Amino acid sequence: MRATQWESRLTLPVSEDRDHIQGSSDARVTLVEYGDYECPYCGEAYPIVKDVQERMGERLRFVFRNFPITTSHPHAEQAAEAAEGAAAQGRFWEMHDHLYENQQRLSDDDLHSYARVLDLDPDVFGKELAEHVHADRVHEDFLSGVRSGVNGTPTFFINGLRHDDSYESETLLSALQRAAESGEED
Amino acid sequence: MNAAAAPLEPGAPAPDFELRSTPSQMVRLSEFRGRPVILAFYPEDWSPVCSDQMALYQEVMPEFRRYDAELLGISVDGIWSHLAFAKDRNLHFPLLADFEPKGDVARAYHAYRADDGTSERALFVIDAEGIVRWSYLSPVGVNPGADGILHALEDLAMKGVPS
Repeated sequence: MRATQWESRLTLPVSEDRDHIQGSSDARVTLVEYGDYECPYCGEAYPIVKDVQERMGERLRFVFRNFPITTSHPHAEQAAEAAEGAAAQGRFWEMHDHLYENQQRLSDDDLHSYARVLDLDPDVFGKELAEHVHADRVHEDFLSGVRSGVNGTPTFFINGLRHDDSYESETLLSALQRAAESGEED
Repeated sequence: MNAAAAPLEPGAPAPDFELRSTPSQMVRLSEFRGRPVILAFYPEDWSPVCSDQMALYQEVMPEFRRYDAELLGISVDGIWSHLAFAKDRNLHFPLLADFEPKGDVARAYHAYRADDGTSERALFVIDAEGIVRWSYLSPVGVNPGADGILHALEDLAMKGVPS
């Protein structure tokens, strides 16, 4: 058949300047997640990612990008902007974790209370959230995901290639280990 | 022929059709002549993969609009199922009912699964002159995403024919 077979690769390379990253740039494997804070499947993936991070140790670098599907998740965009607002104050991962641990409570009031819990400057945080200062960044993440073949959330990329298999812990871990081993042969 | 293996190919004129989008409205493909059309065949309303796929397309709609493209979803479900599905999932593009005779339009695009009685998960990008410029058949359980569609629209806009 002549219909194009589509290979899904990360089109926006991971950047130490732009991205939210856990782990070293020397890590053999980079796992990128496109996620939505209100998506229950992303909520399921959240502890799994923590688990594989622990088990891979220094071999793994983890990157999170926003992919809010507001059609299904009315609070997802605002939550993503809140995480970016926390990032602007140097606390992205704390907010990221806090949002996934409180997925059922993502109203604006909730987001403001999380900013207080995380000891962010509440005035700056509130102003940025109200003015959608970080909306462009969230949209840039979203579009980079669409162009890379993100087809729902969560979508993972391992060393730039879309991981189409399950993100159940053992499956994800073995895919990461394979990537680490193939990296050693380079 | 084995329809499952070969959706209608690029270069073929897109078969025209007229299908119901609401109980009182019909949509005819040739109405959109002059603009690109994205036809997204999907197997059924309500099944989890379809839902993600259609929600994703709703979310990507502003990008499709940048190419002045019209998006039409098509399945063999009846119009009342489509309406309930669209309302539940916040979909604001037409879902067409390929319902009677069942699957006729899917067959014309070589995208019908006779064994299941549903359409394939197949995508077509049709140019302003009504010619298929890109087609893609996804495994029925896999959401194909939107990158292939955007790439095809971009190619259309740049040089008229996708690479």
